[in-house]
Order: sequence, then C-alpha cells, then structure tokens
Amino acid sequence: MNQTANAVDRMFREESRPVLATLIRLLGDFDLAEDALQDAFTAALETWPKTGLPRAPGAWLTTTARRKAIDRLRHVKIVEATRSELTLSLRLDQEAYGSQYELEVSPVSDDQLRLIFTCCHPALSREAQVALTLRTLGGLSTAEIARAFLVTDATIAQRIARAKQKIARARIPYEIPDRESLAPRLDAVLSVLYLVFNEGYLATSHEHLVRHDLVADALRLARGLAALLPNEPEPVGLLALMLLHDSRRVARVSDDGDLVLLEKQDRSKWNRPQIEEGVRLIERALRMRRPGPYQIQGAIAAVHAEASTAADTDWRQIAILYDQLLGYERTPVIELNRAVAVSFAVSSIEGLSLLENIERTGALEQYAPFHLARAEMLCRLGRTDEALECYERALLFAPNEQVRRFIEQRLQREKTAGAHVGHQTGTKSARGPNLG
Amino acid sequence: MKYALLIYAAERDWAEKSKEEQGRIYNAYMTYTVELKKSGKMLSCEPLDPTSTATTIRVRNGKTVSTDGPFADTKEQLGGIYVVDVKDLNEAVAWASKIPDARTGSIEIRPLMNVPEM
Repeated sequence: MNQTANAVDRMFREESRPVLATLIRLLGDFDLAEDALQDAFTAALETWPKTGLPRAPGAWLTTTARRKAIDRLRHVKIVEATRSELTLSLRLDQEAYGSQYELEVSPVSDDQLRLIFTCCHPALSREAQVALTLRTLGGLSTAEIARAFLVTDATIAQRIARAKQKIARARIPYEIPDRESLAPRLDAVLSVLYLVFNEGYLATSHEHLVRHDLVADALRLARGLAALLPNEPEPVGLLALMLLHDSRRVARVSDDGDLVLLEKQDRSKWNRPQIEEGVRLIERALRMRRPGPYQIQGAIAAVHAEASTAADTDWRQIAILYDQLLGYERTPVIELNRAVAVSFAVSSIEGLSLLENIERTGALEQYAPFHLARAEMLCRLGRTDEALECYERALLFAPNEQVRRFIEQRLQREKTAGAHVGHQTGTKSARGPNLG
Repeated sequence: MKYALLIYAAERDWAEKSKEEQGRIYNAYMTYTVELKKSGKMLSCEPLDPTSTATTIRVRNGKTVSTDGPFADTKEQLGGIYVVDVKDLNEAVAWASKIPDARTGSIEIRPLMNVPEM
C-alpha cells in the first residue's frame, strides 16, 4: 500500500463516522448513506493518489457521496423505488439542476449527535440500540459485533436491518432532543455506551476476562459524546468512570489469566496518567453542580483509585456515595455494593445485616457476587462453616471461567485454613462484589 | 352506531405466502374496501405496518417508558383507537402519553401502512 492509500485507509476510520452522520441527514436513509459513503471512498482511492489529499477530506467525501447517492437513485427502477425514495430523488434532482449540484457539503458535528440519539432511541430495543450504535457510530462490521456478543452474523445483520426499517417506517426523527426530553434520552445513550464497556470489561459470557476491543470502542464513543455535549456533566462522568475502571486493566488479571481482587492488585501497575485524567474529569463534572448516577459511580472509582493501598481506602466516603447513588436508582446490586462498603466502614456485622435485607427480596439469589460478598464477611468474622456454604452457592452461579476459578481458590483456601488453623479472624478482607 | 373492526392475522403466515397468494389476498382486500366504501358505511380504513415497527409506551409516575414492539398482555383489551397525523414518532409518543389510560394501561403506536389505492 502506498502512502496515499494508507492515508485513505486511515481516513476511512477517522473521517467516515462524521461523514456518515451528515449523509444520513442529507439523504434521510441509513442504507443509502452507507452505500454512497462506500462509493465515495472508492472514488477517493482512484482520485487521491493522482490529485493528492484534498484540502478538507471530510467535505470532499460528503460532497462526493451525496452526488453518488443522486446517481444511485437515478438508476433505481420506478417499480422498485419506494415512494419516499422517489420524493427524495426528485428533491435531490431539483437541487442538482438548480445549480447547487456542486455545492460543497461538510460534516456537521450536530449530525453526530442526531445519529447518536437516533441509534439509541427508546423505541428501539436495547439489543438493537447496541448493534446499531456499534455498526453506525463505532464503524464495526456486523461480523465484529457478532463476535463480541457471541451471536451469529445473521442475527446481528437482521437486528440492524430491523432497526433501520423501524427508524424509516415508524419515522423516528433524526434530531437532537429538545431541552425537556434531553435528560431521559441521554440516559438511554449513556446506558448503551456503558453496556458496551461492561461487555468488554467484565466479559460476562466469554473465555477472556477483558475484551479490549469493546472497551476501546466504548471509550472512543464516550469521549466523542463528552466532546459533543461539553456542558452536560453525565457524559463526562461516564467517560471518567470508564477511564478509572480501565486504568486497572493490567493489574486486574494475573499472569495465569486469573482475576485479581482490587485489594490484592499491584497498584504500581495501575495506569497513572489515565487515573489522573479520570479524576480531573470527575472534578470537572462535579463542578457543574448537577450530580447524576454516572458521576457518582465515577467518584466511587476515583476514591478507590486515589488510595495508595487497599487499607487506605476511604470506605466511609464510598458508603456515602453509594447512599447517594441509591437516591437515583434503587437496584439490588447497588444495595449490595453499599453493604460491602458499610462492612468495611462500620463492621462486618452491619454489612451482613444489610445483606440479609437484600436476601429477603430474593433478587440476587442467582448472583455470584452476592454470595461471594457474604462469604467474605463471614470469613472476617471467623464463621468459616457458613462462609464455605456461601462460597459453594457462589460457585453455582459463576458467570465465567475466571470467576469460577477465583471462587474455587477462595473455597480451597478457607477449607485448608479451617482444617489447619481453625478460626483466623480479623486479618482477611476482600472487596466482594465489585470483582476488581 | 359506530364500530371499529380490528383485524388480527399472523404476520409470519403472510411472509411465508407466495407472491401470487399475497397478490390474491391484496386484491381481495381491495375489492372488499371498494364495496364497503361504496356502501357509504366506511369512516376510515387504516392498514397497519408490521408489528416490527411498533412502539408501546406506558406512563408511570409521570415518566414515559417506551418499549420496542407491540403490546402483548392478555390482561388488557383493545379499548379504542385514535388515528393521529403528526410529524414523527416523537410527536406520536407525546400525544400517546397524554391518553388517560397510558397511566394504568399501555398504548401501542403503529405507523399506518401507505397504500395509495385505499
């Protein structure tokens, strides 16, 4: 590949997303926009090696793609063309003959926001939102998305096709929500990005503990969103949360591929520059004085990141933050995390009694971290027999191989400790549910 | 006396039919529609796009919750229909969430199918 071809290849990844976002607005059709963009890149590969890179490659691509779309529509047979395509074709032709044919069109950053909000529209299922976001905004192929979520290519292709069909036929608008509906609509966008991140970071149904590709995609998308909405604190909070979690990536997995709990991690392996960026972002978000769940979770991650040793962790602060988080969403998993924080900040007895409240709801019955947290608290109290029972229960619900191995090791250690030393209390501590 | 006639049919069966068979059924609907229209008894005729384009909303504690897909709960029954002409799905959702029953029941939003001949 020569230098220009390399440049074109890099361009495709870097410039194609904003171009696509603007094309969708201009053409009113996802598929047509994607095809036209592809045409424009083919044209670029032919033209640029001869003419050199244009002054504004994004504008060149947008303008060319729009022209290619007009060409494509001219070739659509009347019988096959849907009504809307015809209307569009006529409109574009009018523009074309009305001297605007050569009008240069540049990608507009508002279009990227329009695209984000359309891909994450609440009228689409969460699965469709995720697939469409990764495909359209992330530029991933259907095969890559299928691999990430362990489903077939056909499933993802169908999911995306259905979502596009729904956008067109149910007329989901291509627009940035007004001030009134921005907050709930933004929630949907943030949860899609966080889901992608967690799917990569926690790899719930995968042999590998972390899937860096999805983590990188989620970070890239979150960074983009935060840049597009600089006055909204929650996207900044989400970006900080992701950066802070991901800063522990290397320390979180042992050389043998085992999970390492936060308290056991070698903190010198944490990515310091990334932590500093995360902390800076969280401070910036909190200064806007509109707290929200992602900012609070980011703040919790920051408290962990700033403790130089596990013993230095400010658990009291973390317990307070979880209290605040519960004010936004009362989920059993957050209650569990708060119970763990309280078990360190106050006492294991206090933590256990909070866990009993959660147990009564039955919501976390099949959630390994719940049983694991309880086992750890019981261990610290020297109630080894009860702890062993909890480890056994946790094992039943281990979501992946690494977590299973981790629980087995704990179980083995407690069994040995119980047999040889009897009750050893007070020295062991573990974080429990947040598995690093 | 006005009645709403609600057509229930399996979409999957339709997709599996041959083009000829689909054509026959389409023509039969056209014939029926013309007959009904001529009788002067037809107020409005609204074929719907498939359920894959449906959105169902509920208003709970003042918040509108949207889900992808048609309404599917056997405890509640279809109680009425509004046909609205609005800009896009967001506006349709806004109107749907003002329907009193949205606070206890559900409102399914389905785009009308574009059939010029009807």
